[in-house]
Amino acid sequence: MASRRINRLTPFNVTALALGLAFLYLPIVILVIYSFNASRLVTVWGGWSLRWYYEFFNDRAMMDAAWMSLRVAAVSATIATILGTLAAVALTRGERFKGRMLFSGMLYAPLVMPEVISGLSLLLLFVALDAGRGFWTVTIAHTTLTMCFVTVVVQSRLGAIDRSLEEAAMDLGCDPVRAFLSVTLPLIIPSIAAGWMLAFTLSLDDVVIASFTTGPGSATLPIRIYSEVRLGVKPEINAICTMVIALIAVVITVASFASKLSRAQGENAVPL
Amino acid sequence: MAEERPDNEAAAGPAKPESPVIEAEKPEALPAEPSQPEPAAAPARPEPAAAVPARIEPQPEPEMPLLRIEGVTRKFGNFRAVDRVTLDIRAGEFFALLGPSGCGKTTLLRMLAGFETPDEGRILLDGRDIAPVLPHERPVNMMFQNYALFPHLSVKDNIAFGLKRAGMAKADIRTRVAEMVALVKLEGLEKRKPDQLSGGQRQRVALARSLARRPQVLLLDEPLAALDKKLRESTQQELMELQRRLGMTFIVVTHDQEEAMTMASRIGVMDAGRLDQVATPRDLYETPASRWIAEFVGDINLFEGQVGAAEAGRLAIATRDAGTLYVAEPRSPLAKSVVSVAIRPEKVKLSRRAPAAEGTSAHAFNRLEGVITDVSYLGGHTTYRVKLDSGAIVRSSMANTTRIVDAYAASQRVVAWFMPDDCLVLEQ
Amino acid sequence: MSARRIFARPASFAAIAPYLWMVLFFLVPFGFVLKIALSQTAIAQPPYVPLFDLWGGREATVAAFDQLSIENFKLLISDNLYILSYLRSLTVALVSTAILLLIGYPVAYGMARLPQRWQAIAMMLVIVPFWTSFLIRIYAWINILQHDGLLNTVLLKLHLISAPLVWLSTDTAMYIGIVYSYLPFMILPLFATLAKQDPALLEAAADLGASPWQAFWQVTFPLSLPGVGAGALLCFIPVVGEFVIPDLLAGSNALMIGQTLWLEFFTNKDWPVASAVAVVLLVLLVAPLLLYERLQHRQLEAR
Repeated sequence: MASRRINRLTPFNVTALALGLAFLYLPIVILVIYSFNASRLVTVWGGWSLRWYYEFFNDRAMMDAAWMSLRVAAVSATIATILGTLAAVALTRGERFKGRMLFSGMLYAPLVMPEVISGLSLLLLFVALDAGRGFWTVTIAHTTLTMCFVTVVVQSRLGAIDRSLEEAAMDLGCDPVRAFLSVTLPLIIPSIAAGWMLAFTLSLDDVVIASFTTGPGSATLPIRIYSEVRLGVKPEINAICTMVIALIAVVITVASFASKLSRAQGENAVPL
Repeated sequence: MAEERPDNEAAAGPAKPESPVIEAEKPEALPAEPSQPEPAAAPARPEPAAAVPARIEPQPEPEMPLLRIEGVTRKFGNFRAVDRVTLDIRAGEFFALLGPSGCGKTTLLRMLAGFETPDEGRILLDGRDIAPVLPHERPVNMMFQNYALFPHLSVKDNIAFGLKRAGMAKADIRTRVAEMVALVKLEGLEKRKPDQLSGGQRQRVALARSLARRPQVLLLDEPLAALDKKLRESTQQELMELQRRLGMTFIVVTHDQEEAMTMASRIGVMDAGRLDQVATPRDLYETPASRWIAEFVGDINLFEGQVGAAEAGRLAIATRDAGTLYVAEPRSPLAKSVVSVAIRPEKVKLSRRAPAAEGTSAHAFNRLEGVITDVSYLGGHTTYRVKLDSGAIVRSSMANTTRIVDAYAASQRVVAWFMPDDCLVLEQ
Repeated sequence: MSARRIFARPASFAAIAPYLWMVLFFLVPFGFVLKIALSQTAIAQPPYVPLFDLWGGREATVAAFDQLSIENFKLLISDNLYILSYLRSLTVALVSTAILLLIGYPVAYGMARLPQRWQAIAMMLVIVPFWTSFLIRIYAWINILQHDGLLNTVLLKLHLISAPLVWLSTDTAMYIGIVYSYLPFMILPLFATLAKQDPALLEAAADLGASPWQAFWQVTFPLSLPGVGAGALLCFIPVVGEFVIPDLLAGSNALMIGQTLWLEFFTNKDWPVASAVAVVLLVLLVAPLLLYERLQHRQLEAR
């Protein structure tokens, strides 16, 4: 044995990791490959083709659902990010206030709350309020769910930031709000962005809550995909799923590239 | 930097009008035009209204200290982190708060900065109670223990941070930042981010940033704790020189007694929330107020004993471990009958035989016989542990003034002796 | 003075907007669920007898209280369908959590033992699938598991089987789907606790005579228990109420409680019963939920 170090790659470790990752990725890879299959039969390889992508772009209903989903995701992710960041700030920087336990409980519970319960309860609220169901009810429902994820993401970053940074800013003439805006905010921006993306993808992904809270004629893309999938595998769905994966991949890549870029700028500024 | 300069000339120094936003700044504190402030003993009067906004209404009396802490207490639950501390600090002083960790010194400093509020007592700055003044409104700046440099800002922007908040003009900020960078010798590093600096450089940025606003009082929380020993020593010298040049009031918190004694003109020793003694370094070392302080500040041999008769300016104290010891008769009579005789190791001398009595008096000096058990060679001096016949240990420290081998070896029988005048009598 | 104090402590004021939002859209809706669960079914739109009008005054309120019915809850106990659903949900959640732990622990352990630089990459690799749509990942498995899907094709080619096996619409498929979807939720908390452990602990254990196997069971595993707890709860609670995965992958002979609720609500249009099902499900989950909230709280406080 070359090394007695504990942090080493044993055959067991490598195998466990490789199998785990294969399990995670293989189904997606297969799905992407088959979306380019020319054959109508999903399992028979008929050569490369973009046929199913054309089908999707000519499918009016699917396009409408996709557009609806994108709007809901963008709006709800934005509201959720604002509210979630505020909640994270209150939880990590705020003093003890009345109902703090309830507050944190309400923020953690939706993370694991079965979606059928969240969806049903929100629908009953909207019915009681006599709110017309559609874009806004789905958006509100998604905001409620995803702001909790944003809170957790931002909160863990905030907790890691030394409070003396804010004190230093106050010492140098910032009132507490200014201190937060000029020192803390720039440092948590990456996690706020991560929170937004998480909220965006969660919203883009949700079937159950959207099914409960949407109204007739305003189905989201997952609802459409779901009802198609129940009827069996269709090549067009493969194509849609591949595009959703591509969209998310682009968002993640751009984000990580941007954060690398901003870091690199700091380094390039060194005159040496 | 020993130029003598009348105060009015310093005031006329900078031709450009000073930014009015930096409150209560003292023009003589301009780093570019350093001037010798008056000696610390005579409190510097704040400059008249020109640079000082109307907010400071009462003109302090000449005797008024710059900072007055009156019976300040800070409780965390039932724990009194700071317990009825009263302290005056004069303008231009280099004051050190010394104490073990958890003694409340940092909490006291944070109350001065405004991050903690006293539960009892008042803090007066320039005669004005600063309790309602929020941290960002205080003419006081702090250098944080971990420096708290803003990781997303360059050296330049870190230093300019406080100036921008003060609404200073862009050109003035540039000049001031350049002055500060020169002051702490960071030229060429202005564009670096904190994580591209060494520990010593970061310390300098933190210092420059807290000095840039020219606070009336600069608070330094363990400013050198993160530096290695060599760097710490040279930085101590630089801090002292800087303080002298700027004539600013420095309050430094430290747990390192050597550091406090090197830099500070006065030291306040804190223990368990209380301020036990305030004294110059020499007085603190030579006449500590209590056994605790004597042991905390430097090394000391302590012998407890019963107070006996006084004769010819000598007081006999019957100790259990070291027989009868003679000490100089205290000026004021002792309140207790059981006291401790304290003697610093470097004042205990060793010899093979008892030295011939100087003069005739039998109690001209104290003599203790014993065997050397340990010899610790420390370079500049050597410490010997002498086990007395009673079993007690006396430490003696001798300067190595020549390159010979240690004068005494382990298990050698010696006489440890010291003068009554070098002994201290501690009642508590 | 008070205005200044408020100004000095704005962090708590950041709570106002999210607090109100969560009360309105998370807490209050549960009140409505309870209210509808206690009301009677009607063939109407919305399909229940309106219970009480908050603005109806005191007498109307008293009258409304008399109308409260626990009929729906009685139905839940008397009808086997519901009890079996609940039991199936709990069983499926327990089995899935156990499988997830068995698969997730070795993976998390392997990740934590990687060199520092690789750990970040491995973590990215585990998180990225989580970012891709969950529905799509389930759909991907339908592609593989269907009658003439990839799995059967490969097995046939390898001559391991002579005729295609039925994968889809079985419990096996459902467990594959659940494990696949929830694996990141199990791995990440486990990895977090395992990666925090000082490798020197294992060196110390080895130094004191423990074999690697003993060191694992006596040092590594006990120290990773908080991660095990977090991962288990993070998977167990949502799986109990899972709807999409059993609906798409499992057979229709036994329903999980999420499916039953869905059925009552969308197909039978029986909102009061669906609400009662939700209330009971929530009560079942209160203990693990509180445990989870506790754990979350402690972890974040400890930072």
